[in-house]
Amino acid sequence: MNTFDVLELVPLMPEIIVLTMASIVLLVDLYISPQRRGIIQILSLATLVLAALATLRLHTGETAIETQRLMNGTFVRDQMGDVLKVFVYLTVGIVFVYAKTYLRDRNLYKGEFFVLCLFGTLGMMVMISAGSLLSLYLGLELLALSTYALVALDRNNPLASESAMKYFVLGALASGMLLYGMSMIYGATGSLDLATIREQVASSADSVVLGFGLVFIVVGLAFKFGAVPFHMWVPDVYQGSPTAVTLFLGTAPKLAAFALAIRLLDNGLIGQLGNWQLMLVMLAIASLAIGNIVAIAQTNIKRMLAYSTISHVGFMFLGILAGTDEGYEAAMFYAIVYALMAAGAFGVVILMSRAGFEAEELEDYKGLSQRNPWYALMMLMLLASLAGFPPFVGFFAKLQVVKAAVGADLAWLAVVAVAFAVLGAFYYLRLIKLMYMDEPETSEPVQPAADLGAVLSLNGLAQLVLGIFPGPLIAICAAAF
Amino acid sequence: MMDWPILSVLIWLPIVGGVAVLMLGEKRLELARWTGLAAAVATFVLSLPLFQAFDRGTPNMQFQELVPWIETFNLNYHLGVDGLSLPLILLTTFISVLVIVGAWGAINQRVAQYLAAFLILEGLMVGVFCALDAFLFYVFFEAMLIPMFLIIGIWGGPNRVYATIKFFLYTFLGSVFMLVALIYLYLNADSAAILDLHQLPLGLTEQIWIFIAFLLAFAVKIPMFPVHTWLPDAHVEAPTGGSVILAAIMLKIGGYGFVRFSLPITPDASLTLDWLLIGLSLVAVVYVGLVALVQQDMKKLIAYSSISHMGFVTLGLFIAFAIFARTDGTSGAALGVEGAMVQMMSHGFVSAALFFCVGVMYDRIHSRQIADYGGVVNTMPWFAAFMVLFAMANCGLPGTSGFVGEFMVILASFQANFWYAALAGLTLILGAAYSLWLVKRVIFGDIANDKVAKLKDINFREGLTLGALAVAVLGFGIWPQPLVDLMHASVDNLLTHIAQSKI
Repeated sequence: MNTFDVLELVPLMPEIIVLTMASIVLLVDLYISPQRRGIIQILSLATLVLAALATLRLHTGETAIETQRLMNGTFVRDQMGDVLKVFVYLTVGIVFVYAKTYLRDRNLYKGEFFVLCLFGTLGMMVMISAGSLLSLYLGLELLALSTYALVALDRNNPLASESAMKYFVLGALASGMLLYGMSMIYGATGSLDLATIREQVASSADSVVLGFGLVFIVVGLAFKFGAVPFHMWVPDVYQGSPTAVTLFLGTAPKLAAFALAIRLLDNGLIGQLGNWQLMLVMLAIASLAIGNIVAIAQTNIKRMLAYSTISHVGFMFLGILAGTDEGYEAAMFYAIVYALMAAGAFGVVILMSRAGFEAEELEDYKGLSQRNPWYALMMLMLLASLAGFPPFVGFFAKLQVVKAAVGADLAWLAVVAVAFAVLGAFYYLRLIKLMYMDEPETSEPVQPAADLGAVLSLNGLAQLVLGIFPGPLIAICAAAF
Repeated sequence: MMDWPILSVLIWLPIVGGVAVLMLGEKRLELARWTGLAAAVATFVLSLPLFQAFDRGTPNMQFQELVPWIETFNLNYHLGVDGLSLPLILLTTFISVLVIVGAWGAINQRVAQYLAAFLILEGLMVGVFCALDAFLFYVFFEAMLIPMFLIIGIWGGPNRVYATIKFFLYTFLGSVFMLVALIYLYLNADSAAILDLHQLPLGLTEQIWIFIAFLLAFAVKIPMFPVHTWLPDAHVEAPTGGSVILAAIMLKIGGYGFVRFSLPITPDASLTLDWLLIGLSLVAVVYVGLVALVQQDMKKLIAYSSISHMGFVTLGLFIAFAIFARTDGTSGAALGVEGAMVQMMSHGFVSAALFFCVGVMYDRIHSRQIADYGGVVNTMPWFAAFMVLFAMANCGLPGTSGFVGEFMVILASFQANFWYAALAGLTLILGAAYSLWLVKRVIFGDIANDKVAKLKDINFREGLTLGALAVAVLGFGIWPQPLVDLMHASVDNLLTHIAQSKI
């Protein structure tokens, strides 16, 4: 049973690559002259490409890979994990491109940003592939500790330090909750292995300890997702962090959080579906309501996008809580699409800002379509996609989760969700209005760096292209479950 | 039948043209304008073979195209037309050309973006009428909102932002409930093909919920009393082209939605709730007609008159159920539905023409207030002739297209209930009152002020636009038979279908 086979390491290659390369980047950064720091970004991007190649190595054609349980069950390699990992690399890659000019303009361009992001990525990968509560927690903490440090990256900024502190305290509390829940699950089932837990939960009668454990697990999950009423940290951290860090925080970790939910709730505790479904219903409605309503009152774009994130989390829960493969597919599609949309939206915030001017107020976007029609159009597409208007891909994300809810006999919940989607449309429209229908206050043209501009254009156009041809991405998500 | 995908061309040609215009941008403006016009004219010309080749003897979908779109969910890019959608497609391509021509004089800033928005909108509207897959329909239906949002919001009047956000949120709110209904139907039928949904058996309670969801979407769009309030705001603030498209085509999408979705998918709920729809339609006809009478703003007056006229459309559609309840025959019911369809076409021409007329005056004096005009006939005789003709058509004078639809619907109402017909008939008086009073105050009388005295008559471009619409209005008024022939088989088929219970 406990024999170790070197070949078991092969499926772990992506993780090994990211770990090794992150350490190399850390070392290179120590010995390189500041003028040559550009190479750090190249190395980091190369890491992601290598990891992607290693992940995709086994995949041929449309058939899903077989699920492998390795390292005594602590590590699972399956189709869902690989798909999520590939999109994590993609989003983190986008983050690296967008972040470069931002960091350079503000004297924050240091190896730490990339190293911490890479360690965070590693944490996400471990979470995505976790087969036991232990590895799940390990990955979660690796991600969390990296992000705490990232938020405090700009240490001279009191706002950033404050939000780092808040994030750390609340994040640690959430981890504590999750860990407490895990300990109860362990107490009820006698195992840390998710597969064993699943069997135990299915065979044993409802126990009080299990129920308690589930409550704490869901609370911890809700914290990590930023679902109402555990959302307080989201707006403060989004607003306080340097935009490049917000960009990282707001995108890839959502994919990891989705994996966390699936590993815990489906792979481990599907036997308790009746209980956690109700909890997620309440979290989803609260998130949709608070997220969409409070976003209307915001004047700071990062805060507005933070509340918009909260409402999107509500939609993701709509898919997860269905407890069916269709629901998980829908939620996964939503998470992937959301990560890409959010990356683009924060990308535009970075595009508009320059040293000494953060472009954080909604007013700063006045008349963008006259200052630069192309990027205004990209932002229009991103916002329309976030709001869920067809023919942009955000529509298909919403369509699928609503369909999952209707399919789970929760048509009333679907009606509530779409009603809040209409409410949410308002604040996206207001930003479109500012960009297109108001006169600019400055005639200064918006000229982004070439790499930022190119990737941002691709990011914007992807909303339209994926919206007109959503089939392949839907098929990829469908194959994962 | 055609050996090339005519419907796809009609959808994508204007969209591609719009993107091309956008790419040309403001710097190559003349080229952009001509490209836009070429795209619109080409689309119109290419839509004519549709009229020629259409087989009038069958209610089946014609010119079908089917390409798998999202295979995981079995959604298809499925297009086709029948007698109900074909006239509306032709209306769309025709009016769009006029709007592009109309932009020449009226719009001076961000012209390329303006033209692009209209061309993309045209493609999407044609898509709405062609789509035979419920989700494809929804995608086109919703996607239309974005260009229209920008058109009103960028090129509109002083209060444009309020109007455009109100327009957007109203229609979006209506349509999301339709989305939930479509998902429910899709999961039950295991197919998203609209024709499959027509055959899906449903219990009465389900039907009523689904009917209400559809009603929210289409009643806002058409618009029906009491969810009509966005329309006057949107019309008043929109630029001329925006008002024209909104009145001539977008409102028709609501009516089309009723005949394509509500009636055939939920016939029993329609039968159960026909009193509600008939009642609301009569309120629209009478009450909103009275509201139109007191308007001081020309565009607002025409907007309220549009709501009143669209009340005839919903009346004609739902009177069929009242007739079923009294008699066995479908002939009277056919009169009602065909009347509604003819009314939609006629209103498309007449309201477009009236908004163009207001646009002509607005371009010269920059006011829409009736009080700022008077005696226009003295300085603009040609224009006055057109305006009087369209006002007559608006009040349903025999010989104009406005008469045909209203007459058919009133005749059908008689077969259901005398009082329905009596109330509906009031529109002939009310319509005449507000239309003629408008003409009296604006066109006739003494020259009211210096601005009117300095007016120049319409130029060639404006004359061409108004002339084309005048030909259409008179043509369909004198000889509506080609139009009725086009839709006859489809209407009969629809009535046979909805006369049978689905429970």
